[in-house]
Amino acid sequence: MSERQLIQGNEACARGALAAGCSFFAGYPISPSSEIAEQLARELPGRGAVFIQMEDEIASMGAVLGASLGGRRAMTATSGPGFTLMQEHLGYASLAEIPCVVIDVMRGGPSTGLPTSPAQGDVMQARWGSHGDRATIALAPGSVQEVYSLTIEAFRLAEALRTPVVVLYDEVIGHMREGVELHRPTKRQLGRRSGPKAAFSPDFLPYAPDENGVAMVPDFGCGYRFHVTGLMHDERGYPTSDHHKVAQLLERLERKVEPAVAAVSPERYRLEDANVVLVAYGIVARTARAAVDLLREEGVRAGLFRTRLLWPIPDAALSALCRSADLVVVAEMNRGQWSLEVERLAGGSSLLAPYLKAGGSVITAAELAEHVRQSMREAVAAP
Amino acid sequence: MKLESALRPPAGGPGPGGAGRSPEEPEPSAEKRFLRHGMMPHMLCPGCGHGIVFEAMLRALAGRYESLDEVAFVAGIGCSSRVVGYVDACTLHTTHGRPLTFATGLKLARPELTVVVVTGDGDGLSIGGNHLIHAARRNVDLTCVLFNNEIYGMTGGQLAPTTITGAYTSTSPAGNAESPFDAARLVEAAGATFVARAQSYRPRDFEELFLRALDHKGFSFVEVMTDCTEYFGRTNRLGNGADLLFSQARMEPEIDADLAGRPTLKQLAAKPVRPVLEMGVLHESNRGTLEEAMHLLGARS
Repeated sequence: MSERQLIQGNEACARGALAAGCSFFAGYPISPSSEIAEQLARELPGRGAVFIQMEDEIASMGAVLGASLGGRRAMTATSGPGFTLMQEHLGYASLAEIPCVVIDVMRGGPSTGLPTSPAQGDVMQARWGSHGDRATIALAPGSVQEVYSLTIEAFRLAEALRTPVVVLYDEVIGHMREGVELHRPTKRQLGRRSGPKAAFSPDFLPYAPDENGVAMVPDFGCGYRFHVTGLMHDERGYPTSDHHKVAQLLERLERKVEPAVAAVSPERYRLEDANVVLVAYGIVARTARAAVDLLREEGVRAGLFRTRLLWPIPDAALSALCRSADLVVVAEMNRGQWSLEVERLAGGSSLLAPYLKAGGSVITAAELAEHVRQSMREAVAAP
Repeated sequence: MKLESALRPPAGGPGPGGAGRSPEEPEPSAEKRFLRHGMMPHMLCPGCGHGIVFEAMLRALAGRYESLDEVAFVAGIGCSSRVVGYVDACTLHTTHGRPLTFATGLKLARPELTVVVVTGDGDGLSIGGNHLIHAARRNVDLTCVLFNNEIYGMTGGQLAPTTITGAYTSTSPAGNAESPFDAARLVEAAGATFVARAQSYRPRDFEELFLRALDHKGFSFVEVMTDCTEYFGRTNRLGNGADLLFSQARMEPEIDADLAGRPTLKQLAAKPVRPVLEMGVLHESNRGTLEEAMHLLGARS
């Protein structure tokens, strides 16, 4: 069952959240994400669902985590500066294994930057913005339709793996209007929260992992008494500084996000025989696709690897891609964030010529195609 | 109130906050019923006032609840915030300064839970000051207990926004040049509907005020003055835990007069002394809670 509507990216996000069963939103106004909050302020109240505008982004994330521990599917939405303020609580959510969804509609940075222009500058902030070694999941929708479906997927992953899931898209996708199939998610697409398998007893272990390495933490107020902390903890949830236990915990948290790689697959466009591979995500993937078509018309065997998952990075697919290609062009609207990761995965196996543009405008198909031609000429001319 | 009666439990009959219990027949281990034994030993220093207040909290809870399954304790970071881990309930030890934000989300998500926030003066008034005034303004049905020891204990005795003017701390080696917050008045001005102040040398009073705060519908706030012996006491040469309790007692003029001849406190007179703070219920009013305004009660989807 579904209906088709012409809606804005941010509206699609709100609709996706509602379809995914989100019943708690806490946020703080910020361009270019505010439409998500505005939409949910209209839709959530009533039926016991909660919309609350908090005093800042730190408070928003705190409220989201409190609500999630109370059993709600909870989310917030923000942009770069607000995302920065949320970092400490993102780390908390990772370590304490509290499911939540954070939407970051990227704008130009650093600082107040370009509040209403598109950018892809928060890729590394999503990965390393919070202190310490932290596994993370970040999705990158490339259309209004995908904002809808990946918001639903973000909730599924967050709940099933008990971890924060970030959805990163830029101002253009946030404000662009496209026809969207508002499909009703199936039970499997909704997923369910990992929780305890046994009734409460005094030796109950809320942070014992299940068969997928996910802690079986109950919701507050369901007959279980237990402790949640941002300190390193043992399976009882009690603080520990036992080096062995801490190392085990960090390893488990890193491993448990791996299923996201299989769950959020990339789009491979004209890659079968390609020796020139473009790698892109979000809005840039759309122009990269057009660039591939332009280059193909000229006889260049070009193709596009469009990732919908930024973190954890689909390393096996990217390594294989770099080994089979002669030239790899990562195009992104920043000064080189994901391209450095691709370079690491390529390990010198192919020629890399990233196309980086941070200034508030989208990379066009023509300039990207020209960059590819130029890179090919330079490769041929090189001794 | 004379010193002798202030420092000893009342001999029979209901004393201040005594709830009719007599010292001869103490509730057997009432305080320990909700103690999370697996967390012991605790990390409070000898002489720290927090232990006295925490014990009074446990006593109040034991007298009120059969089980704490439906009670959540939310705390930030600091010595006082650590005590929530010692309660056998749903306990949430959050980030520095932010417990009220977690508590707001939890309470709105699950309004049937009783949510108690434990915070300190650094946690609640410095890094978390913004959240404190907004929680009071929203009038969410939370009970917030702020342990005010006028210093950062856990990080080694630094200046707090509650440190009295002139006092020495590790980051005010020449004496504090700033003026302290009056936490209770701040929270009242921000819209809290129940505001009280207690002190660790009168734990029975605190117990009674804590129970009244739990009963109050809306944002209730209890500031409790406690003493950091290890840093505040030592740095300002105010003596040990017992000496600091005496210094609290001096806020009451009659006791102050009684204590005038005590040699151990002569030193204190030359040092910064707390202003006399009003104790008890400072403000009580009624207005709708945020949960009511959001129609969340009994409307769980």
